[in-house]
Order: sequence, then structure tokens, then C-alpha cells
Amino acid sequence: MSKKVHVQTIINGEDVEFLCEPRQSLLECLRDVIGMTGTKEGCNDGNCGACTVILEGRTVTSCLVLGVEVDGKELTTIEGIADGEKLHPIQTAFLENAALQCGICTPGFIIATKSLLDHNPDPSEYEIRWWLANNLCRCTGYDKIVRAVQESAKKIKAQAGG
Amino acid sequence: MTNIKEPKKYEVIGTRPLRPDGTDKVTGRAIYGGDFEMTGLIHGKILRSPHPHARIKSINYDKALELEGVIAVVTADDLPVNPDGNISIGYSRGNILAKDKVLYVGHAIAGVAAIDPHIAEEALDLIEVDYELLSAVMNVEEAMDSSSEIIHENSFMKEFGEMTVTNNNIDEHFQHKMGNIDKGFENADLIVEGKYSTVMVHQGYIEPQAATALWRTDGSLTVWNSTQGSFPDRDELSNILDIPISKIKVVPLEIGGGFGGKIPIYQEPVAALLSKKAGNPVKIIMSRKEVFESTGPTPGGYTWVKIGVKNDGKITAMQSELAFEAGAYPGSPVGMGSLCVFAAYKCDNQLVDGYDVIVNKPKTAAYRAPGSPNAAFGTEQVIDEISQKLGIDPIDFRMMNAISEGDRRVDGPKFPVNGLKQVLESMKNSPQYQKKLKGSNKGRGIAVGYWFNVGLQSSCSITVNTDGTVNLIEGSTDIGGSRASIAMQAAETLQIPYDSVNPSIVDTNTVGYTAVTGGSRTTFSTGYAAHLAAEDVRDQMIKRASEMWGVPNDSVVYSKGQFSSDADPELSMSFKELASQLENTGGSIAGKGSINPKKVGGSFAGSICDLEIDPDTGKSTILDFTAIQDAGKAIHPSYVEGQMQGGSAQGIGWALNEEYFYDQNGIMNNSSLLDYRMPTSLDLPDINTIIVEVPDPTHPYGVRGVGEANIVPPIPAIANAMKRASGKRFYNLPMNPPAVISKLNQDL
Repeated sequence: MSKKVHVQTIINGEDVEFLCEPRQSLLECLRDVIGMTGTKEGCNDGNCGACTVILEGRTVTSCLVLGVEVDGKELTTIEGIADGEKLHPIQTAFLENAALQCGICTPGFIIATKSLLDHNPDPSEYEIRWWLANNLCRCTGYDKIVRAVQESAKKIKAQAGG
Repeated sequence: MTNIKEPKKYEVIGTRPLRPDGTDKVTGRAIYGGDFEMTGLIHGKILRSPHPHARIKSINYDKALELEGVIAVVTADDLPVNPDGNISIGYSRGNILAKDKVLYVGHAIAGVAAIDPHIAEEALDLIEVDYELLSAVMNVEEAMDSSSEIIHENSFMKEFGEMTVTNNNIDEHFQHKMGNIDKGFENADLIVEGKYSTVMVHQGYIEPQAATALWRTDGSLTVWNSTQGSFPDRDELSNILDIPISKIKVVPLEIGGGFGGKIPIYQEPVAALLSKKAGNPVKIIMSRKEVFESTGPTPGGYTWVKIGVKNDGKITAMQSELAFEAGAYPGSPVGMGSLCVFAAYKCDNQLVDGYDVIVNKPKTAAYRAPGSPNAAFGTEQVIDEISQKLGIDPIDFRMMNAISEGDRRVDGPKFPVNGLKQVLESMKNSPQYQKKLKGSNKGRGIAVGYWFNVGLQSSCSITVNTDGTVNLIEGSTDIGGSRASIAMQAAETLQIPYDSVNPSIVDTNTVGYTAVTGGSRTTFSTGYAAHLAAEDVRDQMIKRASEMWGVPNDSVVYSKGQFSSDADPELSMSFKELASQLENTGGSIAGKGSINPKKVGGSFAGSICDLEIDPDTGKSTILDFTAIQDAGKAIHPSYVEGQMQGGSAQGIGWALNEEYFYDQNGIMNNSSLLDYRMPTSLDLPDINTIIVEVPDPTHPYGVRGVGEANIVPPIPAIANAMKRASGKRFYNLPMNPPAVISKLNQDL
């Protein structure tokens, strides 16, 4: 068994420290070491997007990042999207538009949407579909997810305007 | 004749409220199979066969046990013996852990439990298995050839319901017959036939199978898993492990997709055996490769179809032969495919032969209307070919021959009230169909599809809280919003707001037997059980009111959420007010509802697809797509649309791209989500939906399950669009760019 490494990071704005084996992925560290199971595993090889998190402002599939690589870095996971009891407009839009059925891909989609709208607050449908093509959903056929993202953009704009 | 009454007015049904489990699912709080944790948890991994067909000469796991951190190893020797030779249980056990032979790549051989999953994985490499390789049988044509290697050496073919002495790879041959097929073809002016082949595809749920088992020293077993049916899992665990159901509790966690693929169990018995040896709870999560190679996909095979028709468009004869891959053990959906193959068409002369064929591939499982897409890929293309040859609009041609209430399906039953004609009418009137499609290399295809829908057992109970809310306790795992659709039916019956119903999905010790979430049955049957439980609550509340008021029971009525009595107009009380009085009037109220509906109306669906083929690359782009389906009564229209869109997306993937790609050695070459490419958001168009409502009179709210029929028509609709775009008929799936290019170059 290999020696564990000390990692210091910021998750959802809070300082977090943990010990992990060098071979453990960030996904494993989040789920099994820290106990944050909101980030989901669908394939463990970077192809489904269920484990998407925002690392230093960029979306990454956390199964393809090693836990030791986030030392000194900042990340956002699904657990950090809502503001206390108040859901983020993206979360509300996903619920109101029935954009989830089984819900296992939903944390990844919400993170990807957050990242999209941070970069591009007014995306076209094509831009939405292009950006979300890293995330697989098998239940919805994406139609209602696209509507939810369009609705999210509107809600965020209205919030900023008001 | 179908008699459609004026639609009923509902308060809750037909609205689009938020789902009760929604907040947990958008915040990451919901606990799915893989998220489960408990004290003392250790981790299991499974050693799987690298060969499609081989005899196991020996297994030696001494070195694995020596690895630091490894706690237990199990093999088929740890499963109960099968002294009475029950073939079905023998097959079930054989698929959990291979005994004498491995029958497909990915077949489980041994389980290892260790303190972490990495050590368990390392230990798998230390297990030595000595194989004697056998030749593999990889498709139905090969398997049905009498010279092929026999996969199950001691089993015999069943034919027309009787066991024969023939030992081959056909597990069963059956036949459905109606009228006189020869006479039907003699009377035809035009006969069209074709053999249409499909290949194995996977359900593709995003959450891999995940289960934790704890075998206690008192002999009781608890399993926490991601499943479509906790009660059927309990039955299956009882059979495989040979322990009574009373010793087993299955606790269903949230499920990340299934589409039929999470009806069977795979690693649960292995985790249980490991837990028995180790004394700790054991969790096993499959890798994506294991999901592809070791769980049940839906089969490939062929559907041969021959249809005769008069020049005026009347069908005179329909004949089909279907042969589907069962996988390594019997049980392909060919039986279901054969019920669906001609279901949409009225014809007095029909003959259908079905073959369930064993091959060296994973044992197939249900996948959304299992068997029906394979069958429709044949029928709906032949129907299209005929309508083109006769110069009749393809929707009109189907309408001319559409079944009505009272017509017979080929296997015997008469169709109850159904919405096929209304679906066809909605297709014809849809904005997409009304619009002309212009331009070269473009084509429009349509098709219809059928699923019979099942009833099966469901149970619910409802307890009343003193604040006027109720707890709805159910056993149907929620795969796509069924908490909402069932709670809405309870709210409607109780005449209380939707928000006043708190649904819980509970374990097998806590509610009555409830069958799988599958077969398009959950909103129908569990909704029906919830309605019965709500009626029971209502009746008990009426009794309480009559006792409180000292008036006869039958003088109390409940309407618009108010109890009142004919005996005294002054007496009136809301549901909430009466609920607050329960403690002092006899204690709390619990209602119950159990049902096993026998006569369930099926669902018809249709697809309209406009697409364009790029003749240089062979790529097909869908320009416009409409899904139409009879929902009986749409309880929560957003989730009905979601089912239609999801089924369409899976159908589109199946038609254009998805396949199990095997090399000549029987090894799957694309067992990852990169190479088994499911549609992404960029591959799919907007999917328009039209909900048709022809209520099923056997259900209190007219519900027809909508989970399945929608995957059937997209595949032939796309093939028909490709025919009209290219002039070429496609006989094989998937219709991917290489297939299109080779087809376009055929005449060059």
C-alpha cells in the first residue's frame, strides 16, 4: 500500500484538507475520502461527464484528475451551487422544466451549465448543445435540458437586471 | 367502436408540479446505489472471463488471498448446489458465477473483497484460471446452423410447447397462427418481403450497477442497491442463495437509469457471499466496461417479414420469422417481439414463427419495449415499401389497415379500446407532416410502434398527518418522476393539494409486494394502488365524521375537499380540520391499496422523421422529428413528454450509430462510452411531442403507461426517411456513415 499524500484545497469556498493515495482520482477523493457524493461516477474514463466539476474556472471530468493535483487549487462541485437554502436559478430551471428523469447526470449538467453561462451569458441553442456535448444523458433526449439552460440564462439575466 | 367521452376535469391530474425528489437531485443530496456508506464497509471486484467460450479446468486464488488487504474470495463453489436440477435456477446461478464453462466475455468467475477497491482489483490479477478454449458462436445464423458448437450441452429445444430430444443452440421455437396464410397470399395482388437484421445494443443508463450486501451472523441478508424492483430482487436472491425471502430485505436506493437493464441482479449475490465470508458489508460497483460486457443488452438477430395486399390497399396476409439472440442463457425478447410484429394491422391471415437462440454473448435483458423495435424494423419498412408501390400516403395506408377494438392480435387476445387511429390522425395533422420537405438527399419517413403494457402487483399505503398532509408509502423505485405521477393520483382522489402528499419509496419489509418499475406499469398500477389507498382513507375519514357528528355514515359526503352531511347542512369540515381531530376520535388513519390488474390497455406511438443524407460522408442529419403517443390520460404531461423524447433519442441512437462491435474472436471492441457512442446533445434535434389521450377504461384515471412504445417507431421511421432520401432500402442496423456509403456505392 502506498503512502498517503496531504492535499490542501478550497472546495466551494471552504478550506479542505485530506489525505489520499497518489493513485486516487479527484472523483474518488471527493466521494470516498471527503464524503461528497453529489459528484457522480458514470464511466470513470472521462466520457460521460457525470463527474464534471469546475477546477480553477474550467470544467474538468474529476475522474481524469488526480486528487494530488488539486493541492493549492480551488474547485466548485454540485454541493456548492445553491446558496444555503436558496437554489441557484439553474437548479430551479432544471426542476421547473422537468430536465431530469433519473437525475444521475444532473449534477454534471448543472455544473457544465454554470460554467457555460459564466463564460457566455446569452448562448444560442447551438452553443448550448455544443457546450453540453461533453455530458451524456440517456433519459431525456436533451430537449428539456436545452430548454432549462435557455430558461436559466433568462433567470440569471433577470436577477442581474433586478 | 371506440367511444371517446368528453374529457373529465381534474384539479391535480394534467398539471405540471415539481417532483418531490427534485431538490435532492439538483443539489447532489440524493443517495444512489454507489453513494451508500456504512461502518465496516469493504469493497468487492469481480474476475471476468476474457474468452467468449471456454471450459474452466481449474481456479486457484491462493495468491489473491495472500495479498495484504484482501479479506475474502468466492467462486461458484460457494453458491448452493443444485440437487433437484431446477434448470431455471441453475441458469440464474450460472450467470452470477460461472461453474464449469464461461459462456461470454465478461462472464463472472470469482469475487474478491478487500479493504479498498484498488486492492480488490489488484487481487483479481493474482487469480489463476486454467481454460480449455472452445469455438464461439456469435450470431443467430451461426447458432442455428446444426454444425455449430453447442453451448448448453445438456439442454434440449422446446418446439410448439413440447420438449424435443434435439440438442442444439435453439432454446425454443414457437408459432402463432391465425386464418389461412396460403389463401391470404393467393388473394394478394402484391407481395413484398424482406429480411431485416439488427445488432446487439445496450440500454446505456449512466449509473453503473451498484450494490452493497450485509450477511449477518443470524443468517439474515440486507441488500442496498440501485434496482428497478426490490421485491423481484428479493425473489431472485432467495432462489440463487437458497435462503427464504423472510430472511432477505432489499432497500432500494435512488436509481440512475435502467430502461429494463436494472431488472436482473448481477453482483448482489456475489456481494452477499463475500459478506458471509468476511463478516463485513461488501459494496460492488461495476465499471463501465463491466456494464457493457456483463449486464444484459438487447439482442441482435433478424426479422423476416412477408406481406400481401390487394391493389385497393387491403392487407390479405402477413407472415414473419423472428430469430433473436438470447445471449448465453435462454430468454430473448422474441416472444414479445412476435406479439408486436403485426400488432398495428388488421389481417385475418397471419403466421409468426419465433426462435430464441443461444449465443456466446451476455444474457440479454429487457430494454424499453423489448423485442418490439427489432420486429418493427422489419414490418414498418415492408409496410412503407407497399405504400410506395401502391402510391398511397404511408399514414393513409396504415389507417386503412389499422386495428380497431375487438380485432385479434396474432397470439389470440382481442384489442381493447386503443388509440392507434387517433395517433395516426395526429401524425397526419401534425405541423411537421403538414409542411412540405423539399431538396435533394432529403427524405421523410414515418412509422408506428406498439407495446402491450403490463399490470402486475402494486401496493401502497397512506397515513394521515394531523396537519392535513398525508404520507404515501410505495414500493415502486422512481426512475423518472413516478413519485410525482403517483402522488398526483393520490392527491386527486383525496381532493387535497399535490404538495400535501409526501411520497416515500420503502424497502421490502415496509410495503406490500410491488413488481418492477418496468413494462410501462408504474404510473398505471402503482397509481391505481395509490388511488385505492386514498379511497380507503377517504372512507375511513367519512366514518370518523359520521361518528363525530352522530349522523349515519351514508349521510356523509366528501366533495371538493369538504366533508358534509345530508342530515344537517350546518355540518361541514375540511380534510385538514378532520385530520387534526383524529387523535381524539379513534387514533390515526392508515389506508391501503393493493392491485394486480389483468386487463391493461397497450400504447401506440408514432414517429415522423425528416432527414438529410450527405452523399460524400454518408452522415445522416435529422432535420425535424415529431413523437406522437397515446398516454390514455397524461398525469404529468412534462414527464410524459420526457418519456417520448427519451425513447425517441434512444431509438435514434439505435438506428444511426449504436452497436456491440465484436472482432472475429468474439471480443467486444467498443466497451466504453467513447467507442459505444450514444447520442450527445449535438447529435439530436429538438424532439417535438404530441400527446394523444384515449383513456384506458380499466384505470380510474384512464392512464396508459408511456415508458416504452416510443422507442419502437423512430428506428423504422429513420430507415423509411433514408429510403426516400436515397432511393435505397436499409436492411441492417446501424445505418451509420460507412453503411450508407457502401449502400450508395452499390450500383456504381
